[in-house]
Amino acid sequence: MAKIVGTITTSHVPAIGGAIAKGLQSDPYWKPFFDGFPPVRDWLAKVKPDVVVLVYNDHGLNFFLDKMPTFAIGAAAEYRNADEGWGIPTVAPFRGDPELSWHIIESLVAEDFDLVTCQEMVVDHAFTLPMALCWPDQKWPVRTVPVVVNTVQAPLPSAKRCYKLGQALGRAIASWPKDERVVVMGTGGLSHQLDGERAGFINKDFDLKFMDSMVNDPAWATKYSTVELVELSGTQGVELLNWVVARGTLPEKVSKRQANYHIPISNTASGLMVLEPA
Amino acid sequence: MSLDKPYTDIPGTTIFDADKSREGYHLNQFCMSLMKAENRARFKANERAYLDEWPMSEEQKQAVMARDLNRCIALGGNIYFLAKIGATDGKSFQQMAGSMTGMTEDQYRDMMVKGGRSIEGNRKTGEKK
Ligand SMILES: [Fe+2]
Repeated sequence: MAKIVGTITTSHVPAIGGAIAKGLQSDPYWKPFFDGFPPVRDWLAKVKPDVVVLVYNDHGLNFFLDKMPTFAIGAAAEYRNADEGWGIPTVAPFRGDPELSWHIIESLVAEDFDLVTCQEMVVDHAFTLPMALCWPDQKWPVRTVPVVVNTVQAPLPSAKRCYKLGQALGRAIASWPKDERVVVMGTGGLSHQLDGERAGFINKDFDLKFMDSMVNDPAWATKYSTVELVELSGTQGVELLNWVVARGTLPEKVSKRQANYHIPISNTASGLMVLEPA
Repeated sequence: MSLDKPYTDIPGTTIFDADKSREGYHLNQFCMSLMKAENRARFKANERAYLDEWPMSEEQKQAVMARDLNRCIALGGNIYFLAKIGATDGKSFQQMAGSMTGMTEDQYRDMMVKGGRSIEGNRKTGEKK
């Protein structure tokens, strides 16, 4: 049977792509952020995943306001990146795993999660940059399954619903009959706000409590409404819902393998965590 | 009848909800068209003519030409999509975000390096009840 060997949760700011393209990993501004990742790569070398299930929000590349699913999942053999207009290089295509995707779809729909299924899908920076941070040579050694959560157009799914989705996703992966090792990633956040007079908003206290809850109290974020999460973490900080989904795939008890937190990258408080089932 | 909006009291903050999404649909669609290099070039060559290809309100077009992002947001723009205008102008996300705060670019960058804008006084309008 398949096994979830752990989760990686991280921020996904477009500027990271610019910094990678310009080779700024050791630049004083960027170093505290990039320094979080060598331990993640060591961990990946040890756990050797076959598949990454990556939970993120799309920013208009695949889903625009014409069609905005609350939850969607890729079921393609390949996922390509495309120009989002940032002037950062696109990355090599990712291999999909349609069989696993459809297994997850069957399993989640049976648990009353009605997902939009996508046999064609392009993936944006929220998918590609975390992958590039984990595998800087961009020769992806894993197959991938993208899971997309609407964190863009209110009403957003509640943290409670996202956590339950994660739990159901965990059960779906665990019931996959192949002996494969799966890493679940969740990308976005942490606190940031890109718009309005409150732009630049950061809430370190909240972020640190949230990161602590990822280890010790996984349902903590579910006590907040999505509007309260915006109030506490910013209009875009609410992307932390993707972390909540990822966390839901792990059992109650976990051990922390790596954590990093740094303010700022661009407008954002960056967070990074690696968790394993205890 | 639309729902109550208990969330309009976070200062300097707009929740991008169904009303905003409807109002800003073509504005945001125009923004997304700038993901294509040839559209960026056409927009730069003649902004007004390019904007006139979209069924946007005159106010929305004026706000785009003035690069008034707060106004764009009030008229239904979403920053994830408005950011494509900034990218077309060669501006970073930080420059765009800063432009909405009434701060200079340097002041905004300094604020971010020092830990960002605090939640103190920035959580609810009329915070002290
Ligand atoms: Fe994002």
